[in-house]
Amino acid sequence: MTITVDHTRCMHCGACVGTCPMNALTLDETVVWVNDDCVHCGVCVTTCPVGALDDAEG
Amino acid sequence: MAEVQEWDVIVVGAGPGGSMAAREAAKAGLDVLMIEKRQEIGAPVRCGEGIAKVWLDEVGIAKDPGWISHEVKGARIVAPDGKSVDLTEAQAGNETGYVVHRDRFDRTLAEQAVRAGAKTLLKCAATAVLKDGKGAVVGVRAKHWDTELELRAPLVVAADGYESQVGRWAGIDTKLAPRDINTCLQYELVGIDIDPDFNEFHLGMQAPGGYIWIFNKSDDSANVGIGVNLSMISGRAAVKGYLDKFIARHPNLAKGQNVETVAGAVSVCFPIESTTADGIVLVGDAGRMVDPITGGGVVNAVKSGMVAGKVAKECHDASDFSRAFLQRYEKGWRELCEEQLIRNYVAKEKLITLSDDIFNKVIDALQGYRIERVTTMEILRMVQARYPEVVKELESLL
Repeated sequence: MTITVDHTRCMHCGACVGTCPMNALTLDETVVWVNDDCVHCGVCVTTCPVGALDDAEG
Repeated sequence: MAEVQEWDVIVVGAGPGGSMAAREAAKAGLDVLMIEKRQEIGAPVRCGEGIAKVWLDEVGIAKDPGWISHEVKGARIVAPDGKSVDLTEAQAGNETGYVVHRDRFDRTLAEQAVRAGAKTLLKCAATAVLKDGKGAVVGVRAKHWDTELELRAPLVVAADGYESQVGRWAGIDTKLAPRDINTCLQYELVGIDIDPDFNEFHLGMQAPGGYIWIFNKSDDSANVGIGVNLSMISGRAAVKGYLDKFIARHPNLAKGQNVETVAGAVSVCFPIESTTADGIVLVGDAGRMVDPITGGGVVNAVKSGMVAGKVAKECHDASDFSRAFLQRYEKGWRELCEEQLIRNYVAKEKLITLSDDIFNKVIDALQGYRIERVTTMEILRMVQARYPEVVKELESLL
């Protein structure tokens, strides 16, 4: 499992960043990064108001 | 090699909390650097833009047509069945009065900070905190354009908003449970039919655990937005789905065109245990100071920011930036904000459990009454007269 960011949907709002319990996401002005601390809890996927995050198989 | 700079205070984030901290610290004579990762202060907007009028004078923010978009007389609370009750500004107290241009508002506050002597760097993102051998925060690492900076200061003011990463890097626990998060989306719709005098709040399961707002930006335009409690939704883009459905159900809104989409999230939590560590304080949304009922964060950001700026000067004079000394900040902001945060947290915990039927009955019971001053007791008294069984449901709000 891996968290993917759909950059065509992403609004760069930071909702996922503040929600992530592992502090594993960072918003660098207009790009969201997921780092190795991610535990694939999926809370960012639900948080994203516009569906830019997904927990993809892989 | 990173370029090293020395400052008295580093403020991370140029929203209202950051700018007020920078203003107060600079006014007191400190060398202040405020960094902002975006290329412009105030944009993109992440806010419903409804604020009360009354507190602005107290904090030295002059009312300015430059950032006031529209003025309303009050708030209209709308039940799921469409019945509503109007609250005037004096009754409602919060988040009504002005609908602002938050980008211009934030810019005005940043200008105040600059005129007081603060320096700014835009397109400058904090990437880590610097710590000394004992674990105290002594600055931040940052990236400004393509330059790595080591910004050293005995005090860091973390005003990085909902993301709240700087405090977590420093070891302060700002983690939130899904139940304490509302995730939000908003469109600015132009060419709609609204009552220009009232901002609307739509309750019930059309916005699970939150509400839908219509905050008027002019006579024919408004921010139409939604906040939904994260514990009550699942799947991707659920929030957008709820908002789009609401607009489709309201022809007066559906005829409008969207000129700005705003996304974001707010904390709706009990005040966190600590907003300080050695060498660092958290202000505003970064310190989880958002009102759990309204989702409004500007007022507490401004107030806590001002306390932070003043305490920065006291720290400087005492050469003491320890967490023990910073209890002055902890105590200062809590005296101004905490009582209401706790009261509204308790209310929010109840409100997110109420069914559409209860909301309909409460609003129905208030029909025809002239509400002079909204208190929980008065509302309960009116509801009791009509629906005694509903009051049982609401008892915990007492």
